[in-house]
Amino acid sequence: MSAGDSCHNLAEPSSTIGLDPSVRSLRHYVALVGPPNAGKTTLFNRLTGLRQKVANFPGVTVEHHVGKARTTAGREVFLIDLPGIYSMEPRSEDEEVTRDVLTGAKPGIGQPDAVILILDATNLHRHLLLAAPILSLGLPTLVVLNMADDLAKRGGSIDPAALAAQLGCPVALISAATGQGVDKVQQFLEGSSARPPATAKRVELPILQDLPGCRRWAGQVGSDSGYSAPAPPIWTRRLDSVFLHPQLGPFVFLLVVISVFQAIFSGAQPLMDGVESWITLSGNWLGAALPEGVIRSLLIEGIWAGVGSVLVFLPQILMLFLFIGILEDSGYLARAALIADRTMSLVGLQGKAFIPLLSAYACAVPAILSTRTIENKRDRLATILIAPFMTCSARLAPYLLLIGTFVQDRPLLGPFLHTQTAAMLGLYLLGFLAAIATAQLLRSTVLRRQQSVFVLELPPYRMPNLRSLGLRLYDRAFVFLKNAGTVILLVSACLWVLAHVPYKDGQPAKLEDSVAGQIGHAIEPAIKPLGFNWKIGVGLITSLAAREVIVGTLGTIYGIENADKDDVNLQQALRKDLTPAGAGALLVFFAFAMQCFSTIAVVRRETGGWFWPSVQFVYMSVFAYLSAWGTFVLLSR
Amino acid sequence: MQLTFNKDSKAPGATALEDISSLVDLRCGQAAVLESLEVESDLGRRLMELGFFPGGDVVAAGCAPGGDPRVYRVDGSEIALRTETARFLKIRTSSIRTITPPKSTSSRS
Repeated sequence: MSAGDSCHNLAEPSSTIGLDPSVRSLRHYVALVGPPNAGKTTLFNRLTGLRQKVANFPGVTVEHHVGKARTTAGREVFLIDLPGIYSMEPRSEDEEVTRDVLTGAKPGIGQPDAVILILDATNLHRHLLLAAPILSLGLPTLVVLNMADDLAKRGGSIDPAALAAQLGCPVALISAATGQGVDKVQQFLEGSSARPPATAKRVELPILQDLPGCRRWAGQVGSDSGYSAPAPPIWTRRLDSVFLHPQLGPFVFLLVVISVFQAIFSGAQPLMDGVESWITLSGNWLGAALPEGVIRSLLIEGIWAGVGSVLVFLPQILMLFLFIGILEDSGYLARAALIADRTMSLVGLQGKAFIPLLSAYACAVPAILSTRTIENKRDRLATILIAPFMTCSARLAPYLLLIGTFVQDRPLLGPFLHTQTAAMLGLYLLGFLAAIATAQLLRSTVLRRQQSVFVLELPPYRMPNLRSLGLRLYDRAFVFLKNAGTVILLVSACLWVLAHVPYKDGQPAKLEDSVAGQIGHAIEPAIKPLGFNWKIGVGLITSLAAREVIVGTLGTIYGIENADKDDVNLQQALRKDLTPAGAGALLVFFAFAMQCFSTIAVVRRETGGWFWPSVQFVYMSVFAYLSAWGTFVLLSR
Repeated sequence: MQLTFNKDSKAPGATALEDISSLVDLRCGQAAVLESLEVESDLGRRLMELGFFPGGDVVAAGCAPGGDPRVYRVDGSEIALRTETARFLKIRTSSIRTITPPKSTSSRS
């Protein structure tokens, strides 16, 4: 399986939580469903805690969470957190999955044994629209009215018992954020095994195709249950008058984006240094503990250097996800999409593409996964195709190494801007401009025809839930570490082997004569016009898997143990092999080339075939090659 | 799943009536009764799921800096639409009224 599959598909058949048919027949599973912004994930997190995993349905790309909930009586129930839906008429791939699971049409997992329908109590009339199609499924259902605390604070009220009598199913008024009333959900999970007989006096469900009729039904059921709508969310309106203010709004927006960047690059630095020194220390310790020989060399120079160079990025990626999580859970991200929409539409994208493109500064894989919220297929495809141009954190390793080696650090604009910082910023700008140019190109060629539509719900502002944020980071760390422990580990080990075979007289081959060296020599004619020699060529080949691998590879090639970006020896060795013009060309090549197996794999899954990833790979490679060539020629003069 | 506007909606038939205008004509703080959604049925369905029902009230709540997209308050939620979409959501001009900001509720939250 490819890298992306292995790193994002955590619910494998062997796992205890999952959709394995044999497990399915023994246990009960309950589906959590509700409209977006109803607090579904908060409830899911409260019920399952750390006993949850990210998973993918076989055949489709929709990421969801499955988890185990333990009821107060000690019973274990499997929960599945389905993508949010507005109706059972799907308009995106996410919604399609939810419908198929609920109707039992999804092969391999069967219909859930029970459903928890979670609705926002502060917006009950509209959310009750979804109750009609869900109840008509005929599954044992618990209707959860979330945001009870908000409802009370804003002066609204509802009689859950009256609503339960009308709908013919239990109703729980809860606050998933504070935990109030969650015991009622536990009680439902307790009894969800034995399907209770439907209550007799339920109201008749409306004809589902007649939406205005459904809305009248929802209004009637709501008012018969003593629902009084809460006062408008005053704080949301006050905040919006600032955040969407014609002058203040864009200012706050820029401030937020700049702070996120500042946090990722400066805030994460001490943590990254910590991880780095820990890797160096543990490598040294391991090196001292092992007897000299092939095994030690493989472990230290091959695997430790390779995996270590990737682990360094963990703090940065977690930092980005923390900030995106806070922005998303607070409700600001929807406003950011609104503000960005006009600018994005100039290059043929829409506001919702802002979120994936911001995430792509950390890593293109989660960014491409997050494009699923874009309903329009054309917009979604365009966003997927340009996301890998954004400067992801994996590019930082070669950037830092090359800039540190070839750019003399001196003040450029007084103490504010140094040449090295300027070079880094220039590379960020380069990636961004390439993304915009590509978006324009797509708009005027292959993706021209369709008109895009932007429809966005602005949820009320809410305090982010620490528990949910923590779980999100835990998830991401797990996925990242699993990737480092499998793909990167394998590539590092393979490279080490290739750099040491064939053995002659019991001694490993010299690098130049090794298989890796021969491959490097073979491609040298192609990369010579860019100013690269065969050693860089080996690095380019290994970094096809992941960009950051080139640092470890060059370290291995120059025979330096524990190679990393601060290693002075590696820098000295590089200066001998690469002219400044060649270094510039290499930087430009890394800015544009699609050297990432995980991204290719995830694009294949998200676009449903090899066509788009192939186009993207060829386009980005040609773009990178020509730009690097141009840079070399220009700088050599 | 792609969304395209119904080309027929540009036909003059619907807009010939003097009394019909669109959500774009609502100024901030004004409300009106939604008359019809002259969009392709798939988009129309999604808009209804979000609260845009013919006969229901729509309030113009604001807009993004720069004026587009616009934000509408409908059935208890706030929904942002681009002007190019809002143009096809028709209202009865005679139903336009100015809503005073709900100051009385500020003490409650």
